[in-house]
Amino acid sequence: MVLLVAAAYSLMLGRYHVPLSSWWGILTAPHDSGVGGIVLLEVRLPRILTGILIGAGLSASGAAYQGLFKNPMVSPDILGASAGAGFGAAAAILLGFNMFGVQLASFACGLFAVMLTCAISARMKRGGDPVLILILAGIVVGSIFTALISLIKSVADPDNKLPAITFWLMGSLSSASLKGIRFLLPLFVVGVVPLFLLRWRLNVLSFGDEEASALGMDTRRLRWAIILCATLLTASAVSVAGLIGWVGLVIPHLARMFVGPDYRVLLPASLLMGATYLLLVDDLARSVFATEISLGILTSLVGAPFFLYLLLRSNKGWA
Amino acid sequence: MLEVQNVTCGYGEREIIHGVSFTLEAGNILCLLGANGSGKTTLFKAILGLLPVTGGRICFDKHDTAGWVRRKVARTFAYVPQAHTPPFAFTVRDVVLMARSSHLELFSSPGRRDREIAEEALDSLNITHLSGARYTELSGGERQLVLIARALAQQAQVLVMDEPASNLDFGNQIRVLNQIKKLAAGGLTLLITTHSPNHAFECASQVAVLKAGHLLAHGCPRDILTENCLEQVYAVPLRIVDVGGGNKTCIAAMNREW
Repeated sequence: MVLLVAAAYSLMLGRYHVPLSSWWGILTAPHDSGVGGIVLLEVRLPRILTGILIGAGLSASGAAYQGLFKNPMVSPDILGASAGAGFGAAAAILLGFNMFGVQLASFACGLFAVMLTCAISARMKRGGDPVLILILAGIVVGSIFTALISLIKSVADPDNKLPAITFWLMGSLSSASLKGIRFLLPLFVVGVVPLFLLRWRLNVLSFGDEEASALGMDTRRLRWAIILCATLLTASAVSVAGLIGWVGLVIPHLARMFVGPDYRVLLPASLLMGATYLLLVDDLARSVFATEISLGILTSLVGAPFFLYLLLRSNKGWA
Repeated sequence: MLEVQNVTCGYGEREIIHGVSFTLEAGNILCLLGANGSGKTTLFKAILGLLPVTGGRICFDKHDTAGWVRRKVARTFAYVPQAHTPPFAFTVRDVVLMARSSHLELFSSPGRRDREIAEEALDSLNITHLSGARYTELSGGERQLVLIARALAQQAQVLVMDEPASNLDFGNQIRVLNQIKKLAAGGLTLLITTHSPNHAFECASQVAVLKAGHLLAHGCPRDILTENCLEQVYAVPLRIVDVGGGNKTCIAAMNREW
């Protein structure tokens, strides 16, 4: 409900005023509606839909990872997906790919980074907590790709390539298009639907690998399935919008405060709140100043203090 | 009937349990005693199928449990870990419901019948009043009872409990032990580790004593738990005292001059 209102508000918001009364005409006869129709349908609508998908996707994968790693401090980039996707995009920009090529390269590298993390952790068989090993491998892979991003920046042409890479890495929805949505939507569905169906199992997984096994779950397979879904969501989000921090960490927290830790409600709540949050922050990004502010900067600027506020307010642990 | 036949297991190359055998009939309580690091937990993991058995067999009702899928293991053996604090504040009801994992299809959530089973489990331990409380905010004794309720809701035939009475105050220890006896009287088979020989005297129908991965002794507590045997296990002087009414208790023989 809130999401719908936010979406409608976002449609209205912008430099070019499209009166509410003309919406009906635009929606029923999109081809002969003039500038207003183009602004509404081809600029704002794709951007809003992209924002919804990315906000929801990042929040869902953050929530899933937090359960999987039984740690509320985990964010979607824990296994190196963001760093990998960032590297892919930077490399593609350096090589002069077009927008879609950049997104594709970014998505592929994001997946590759997480696969690398999983392969490393699978190699380390000698006892130990498999979850802990995954996190360690993720840190290693993440920092390698972060270093590679810096490497690319240092060799990039400082006049046009470097600003493009830097701007992309800061995150923005400005490149949203209907084509982008056609790319994003299937990945979002493939990622979210299994998570949604498995959401009760996430409750059990958050009690740890051993206990979940003893309760009768094939934790190894389940873990891979969840990692795959969450990675699809993260990598696709990053590949379209760049690095958008804090959403995947803060939103599951906020949702947990409202509806409790039960994933049967928590996951849908995270999806909705993530979508709404990103939409509103993007509204800020494109309306506060005449030029657009990078979304990644705003999500951190809004998200980090808000997170601090949550921590100070709830002194009852991670309620 | 649970049969542990000449079982050997360990982690990787390191063998922890060396050829342990015992059988346990339904409705009995076996207390597993042993010093820290003697292999109690490792043996439990093998029985729960969390650790592969490298030698020997573990059979339940004449069926070898090796190769059972997790769901089947969980419908036979329920694990009661030591009371711990999970990272998220689930309600007691949700914690107990998790027991239904092994009875549900992968993509489904617990339904009305599952909720009823969970309520019954809470009711049988007289903790229905806790069902809406947050698990993380309970006392240690309450949490232990909730974990037992969860194991009951799993509807397994064997309950495997890792030191169910440790970390509890004296009254809660006795209450938990009484619950354990009640469960056995109801036909469940119970396998319990404990650090206190007195718990074995109070509730066990059998004891098994582990030392460095070997089975040192196995049988009825009154016969097995002698001063000699326990001094071998714990390497401290101690006394077993007959307190009348057929009850025995174990006390440390403290050196009064210290």
